[in-house]
Amino acid sequence: MIDNTSNGGSPTLKGPVRSILATDCGSTTTKAILIEQREGHYRLIVRGEAPTTVEAPFEDVTRGVLNAVKEVEELSGRTILDGDRIVTPQEGDRGVDLYLSTSSAGGGLQMMVSGVVKSMTGESAQRAALGAGAIVMDVIAANDGRRPHEKIQRIRSLRPDMILLSGGVDGGTVSHVVELAELLVAADPKARLGSQFSLPVVYAGNKDARSLIEDRLSSRVALSVTDNLRPTLEQENLGPARHEIHELFMEHVMQHAPGYPKLLSWTAVPVMPTPGAVGLIIEKIAKREGISVIGVDIGGATTDVFSVFQNVFNRTVSANLGMSYSISNVMAEAGLANILRWVPFDVDERDLRNRIKNKMIRPTTIPQTLEELAIEQAISREALRLAFEQHKSLAVGLKGVQQERTISDTFAQTQSGATLVNLAHLDLLVGSGGVLSHAPRRGQSALMMIAAFLPEGFTDLAVDSIFMMPQLGVLSTVHEHAAAEVFDRDCLVRLGTVIAPVGRGKEGQSSVRVKVEGPDGVKEAEVRFGDMALLPLPEDGEVRVRVTADPDRAFDLGAGKGKAVTREVRGGVVGLIVDARGRHPFELPADPKKRIERLRTWNRTLGIYPKEL
Amino acid sequence: MTHAYTPGLRVADHTMVRRERRLPLKGEVLVTRGAQVRATDTVARTLIPGNVQTVNIANALGCDPCDVPKALALGVGTTVGKGDVIARRKGMFGLMESKVPSPARGILESCSEVTGQVILREPPMPVEVDAYIDGVVAEVMEGEGVVVETPAAFVQGIFGVGGETNGELAVAVSGPGEPLTPERLTPALAGKVVIGGSYVSFDLLKKAVSLGVKAVIVGGFDDRDLRELMGYDLGVAITGTENIGLTLVLTEGFGHMAMADRTFRLLSALAGKPASVSGATQIRAGVLRPEIVVPLAAEGGPRGDDRRSTGMEVGSLIRGIREPFFGRIGKVAELPPELAALETEAHVRVLAAEFDGKVSVVPRANVELIEG
Repeated sequence: MIDNTSNGGSPTLKGPVRSILATDCGSTTTKAILIEQREGHYRLIVRGEAPTTVEAPFEDVTRGVLNAVKEVEELSGRTILDGDRIVTPQEGDRGVDLYLSTSSAGGGLQMMVSGVVKSMTGESAQRAALGAGAIVMDVIAANDGRRPHEKIQRIRSLRPDMILLSGGVDGGTVSHVVELAELLVAADPKARLGSQFSLPVVYAGNKDARSLIEDRLSSRVALSVTDNLRPTLEQENLGPARHEIHELFMEHVMQHAPGYPKLLSWTAVPVMPTPGAVGLIIEKIAKREGISVIGVDIGGATTDVFSVFQNVFNRTVSANLGMSYSISNVMAEAGLANILRWVPFDVDERDLRNRIKNKMIRPTTIPQTLEELAIEQAISREALRLAFEQHKSLAVGLKGVQQERTISDTFAQTQSGATLVNLAHLDLLVGSGGVLSHAPRRGQSALMMIAAFLPEGFTDLAVDSIFMMPQLGVLSTVHEHAAAEVFDRDCLVRLGTVIAPVGRGKEGQSSVRVKVEGPDGVKEAEVRFGDMALLPLPEDGEVRVRVTADPDRAFDLGAGKGKAVTREVRGGVVGLIVDARGRHPFELPADPKKRIERLRTWNRTLGIYPKEL
Repeated sequence: MTHAYTPGLRVADHTMVRRERRLPLKGEVLVTRGAQVRATDTVARTLIPGNVQTVNIANALGCDPCDVPKALALGVGTTVGKGDVIARRKGMFGLMESKVPSPARGILESCSEVTGQVILREPPMPVEVDAYIDGVVAEVMEGEGVVVETPAAFVQGIFGVGGETNGELAVAVSGPGEPLTPERLTPALAGKVVIGGSYVSFDLLKKAVSLGVKAVIVGGFDDRDLRELMGYDLGVAITGTENIGLTLVLTEGFGHMAMADRTFRLLSALAGKPASVSGATQIRAGVLRPEIVVPLAAEGGPRGDDRRSTGMEVGSLIRGIREPFFGRIGKVAELPPELAALETEAHVRVLAAEFDGKVSVVPRANVELIEG
């Protein structure tokens, strides 16, 4: 079904695609989805899952894949397997036309990157690796403040899957990047999945240093050379490095992971790293709709944030922010006070600390009481907030040669840390991962995302219903239409829109008047500073209604202070949330009693919990 | 799905324990297959490459990097002592010779005419691996290490800090629900592995360190005290390398938690015997839990009563592992197959459990089976 030879190596489809099976091999669960074309449209039919089998005693990822596919067979009544083989293409009612997979099992793709100047080539290299779906274990730079022997020690102690070596602009000095290569030689790093095979190293630095780098590294590592990711100071060209990382991930890393050679022989296109695939679908959706998007996936161990602003895609992963394995690290990084500020009742600090640690050591437990749920949702706000902070600090600067900036811009950006992420321009915020996708009430997901990201002006909110963005991402590389249809119809659950005036006022002062003109008539509300309000919207995300928001003169909704904004907004299952709690700054009352009272009021207004906490 | 439950931690009064003792790099194995070893015996050793230092000769001599090879006083591959001159250059008119002394003892590994640096590798460092448990060498992995095995009583903890240690088991409380108290922590416990009941405080743990106690095994400990003990908030549960003066193993969790009765009974019955303890914990993929191994030498061989993998049934003994039943012991009263709504409104798989005569509904994810 796939022709990889035409179109410069990009896969193209041959013949009709009536059915698609896609799996995502996660670190704990392998998820399979079945998509079929029905009445001219691609729709999700069923989803099956099974434990991932990368670890002992199975040590073969395909066992978990087959188990997940068996569940799909049982739920759909469709025969897909012939023994231990996925039948492709479809023969009558048997099999599927296309099988694809993503993977983050075994810890995903773990990389070390290096650049000459930490904030320039170091950061570009980090963006290239993150964009390819990697976890960046460390950034080694000539000016990172560590002494050479400390860097060597660090390189030696890490066991990455791959190293990205960059540094220097084309035509610039070669000595610094050669020095980095010499540090690598001295450290003699070993690959994570076995010291018996050569560690893949991608060189994407100053092209004038290529032969010097080859002299030093080619006999010691699996070196591959590609275009400089920072050819000039004001240009970033991450595409070739990202592509090379994907290639080496397939050729080296995946070939050594248990069962992957077999899995690779089954799939129509190469297996993609899970976060790389999620990034791809978000990037494509942003492009298709011409909108700015933030996507977040909060898992047990890590939180990924993706964004597209000004057509620039960025992805970051916060490797130790998550809701089970890493929950204790959220407390360590955010501080207990920041978690407690979201809890709508008094909690003893000692008790809360113990509860968090107990979740860490028994990560599969779930909240049974509303109090426990509220605490987990408080922690998730902080995990999301911290992951977003990290994202903003890395989603800076420029990407690709078409995004040229002047040298002075470059320095200004580095010095001020100006980010590309502009919440006033954010159109869509998509949440994914257990705590957001499986929150008992969708309003809870909306409130968590609003608290963590603090969107400004008008922003659409959505969650990924069953976390199928990875599968749709890899599908989009071969069948963008099918991926987009399933994304719109079955993947995204539209929650509604949040309207958040930017500015600060006095408590009780009018902040914004909102008018909704929908199929059920006109609804109006005046919302005071410090309050929230919920106005109903049609549940169907395809239905659009006209909303006019007229802020007080101290507040701005994107058109200027005191200027009204009228927008067509999509329907959503939660509704239209008006958040008049202020932005720049957003503050919670310092007095604990008052803070708890406000939290309870907001929860009541939005119907967050079935009873008062 | 009737067997959906969280498997409990292993508590076996007689099982075969095998532990791989592997070198970080290839080296020399010092014992042969079948040899009897003590926990503290060295079974393998190797030399790991020494630290590497870079010396920027071009900067030190004020010359171009390409001139550095000519300025070297000693060839690449030469062994040098600390302070030995490794490069020199004459100044103008042959006056004022500049010299670069070696910052450490080692070997001149390489010299770069591009960066003007030499790389000096310090002497290799010896690394030894001990047997960790008293037992027999069951397997030798040539150049890499050995597998030591022994019949033993085996207890897994839920969380630990500190590395591997060993000492005689000593019970310092009269029951599993009793916390360790200052009066019971006496100098006689120096060098011992102390069983401490339900709880130990930070102050008492400090006292245990000062007394020379090797390890403390308790039901629970406060996270606040863990921060005091470590000096920082533990973020990710990867432990085992902390240098805190002893090894701490929690058998139940954080807070005041009565040690499981079976665990306490088993450890108490073994008082006076030598035990090996590891605090190493890693909760992500490839779960590693802390452990207490008490070798039982030729005492009838393993009886295979580990009873670890039986499923959950009506009547099974369980323990709550999450609020509001955290730490409570109960019995399974019913295992309904359908999902049920919790107070949170989440629909999950549940069981009905009898705690202290009262039946309550609990998510299956929030209990663990008490085996045996």
